[in-house]
Amino acid sequence: MSAIAEKKVFSTPQVLKDNVYHFCPGCHHGLVHRLAAEALDDYNLATSAVGVIGVGCGVFLYDYLAIDCCEAPHGRAPAVAAGIKRTNPGAFVFTYQGDGDLAAIGTSEIIHAANRGEQITVIFVNNSVYGMTGGQMAPTTLPGQKTTTTPAGRSPLNDGHPVNMAEIIAILPGTAYSARVSCHNLKGIRTARKAMHRAFQAQVEKRGFALIELLSACPTNWRMTPQQSLQRMEDEMIPAYPLGTYKDF
Amino acid sequence: MGRVTVKEERCKGCGYCIEACSSANLYLDRDKRNKSGYSVASFKDDEQCSGCALCAEVCPDVALEVYR
Ligand SMILES: Cc1ncc(C[n+]2csc(CCOP(=O)(O)OP(=O)(O)O)c2C)c(N)n1
Ligand code: SF4
Repeated sequence: MSAIAEKKVFSTPQVLKDNVYHFCPGCHHGLVHRLAAEALDDYNLATSAVGVIGVGCGVFLYDYLAIDCCEAPHGRAPAVAAGIKRTNPGAFVFTYQGDGDLAAIGTSEIIHAANRGEQITVIFVNNSVYGMTGGQMAPTTLPGQKTTTTPAGRSPLNDGHPVNMAEIIAILPGTAYSARVSCHNLKGIRTARKAMHRAFQAQVEKRGFALIELLSACPTNWRMTPQQSLQRMEDEMIPAYPLGTYKDF
Repeated sequence: MGRVTVKEERCKGCGYCIEACSSANLYLDRDKRNKSGYSVASFKDDEQCSGCALCAEVCPDVALEVYR
């Protein structure tokens, strides 16, 4: 036994409940939940936060974070969050949305919430597929990517092109912060952690609308092992979705 | 010197922590299954762990805690 007392150097965020995640092995939703929990802890927002949850595999966020939550119809989280924030200006209001939710059915809501400069924070999990419903093509699906609705691979000619939301949101004047980060390795996760804090800071300091897009793995619907999924993120996703901060207040 | 504890019911055996550890202190125990049926990560306590916590930083299931 060493004479020096042992210190805990990595502990579970306080706002994260003990409930075991329902996510598949290697899925990054759980990591994104943790990054959000760390930011909630660090800004001391546990009692003032309201999470507005989109429809997708992130839908049970209320089981995992000890904060107030509200479920929004598919794609409508930014509109619901805007209403909550405007009527409760003292609350810290964030949305948690997948790419099917935010970049397909919810395109109108996200664009206009950003354009109006709503004082909300958007956590956007881009795994390039509809996860919860079994792996259909999303607007974010990569050219050539096989999904249940593009069994021969997405053809841009027939099915359109991937949508780069972090860049689109950044050009709107109401946006204070927009960044794309990746969960595929340690460096990516450390950058993601800083970006999550910045996206929270934007709202705490009343700077305007903030969005953080997190490239994430969906090993189940990519039909890959977790390790193959990390490789795919590096080889295919990041070239199509360049990492970076596109707007910073 | 460091030490890692695994919350076995949270672990799904994805193996991300095993790749993150530069001194191979974690391994997948194929003989051990949690209630959900996953093989879980196990810590090899042979005094090689520096307590860097890189394993915990990449764990998507928040299953690891690290002491140093
Ligand atoms: C109005 C409406 N249309 C369709 C659905 C079916 N639906 C549920 S989840 C989902 C897509 C989820 O994909 P994404 O937002 O990318 O989240 P993920 O599961 O990948 O995290 C769809 C289309 C629904 N619930 N409501
Ligand atoms: S289906 Fe995909 S997004 Fe949903 S929990 Fe499984 S890996 Fe995660």
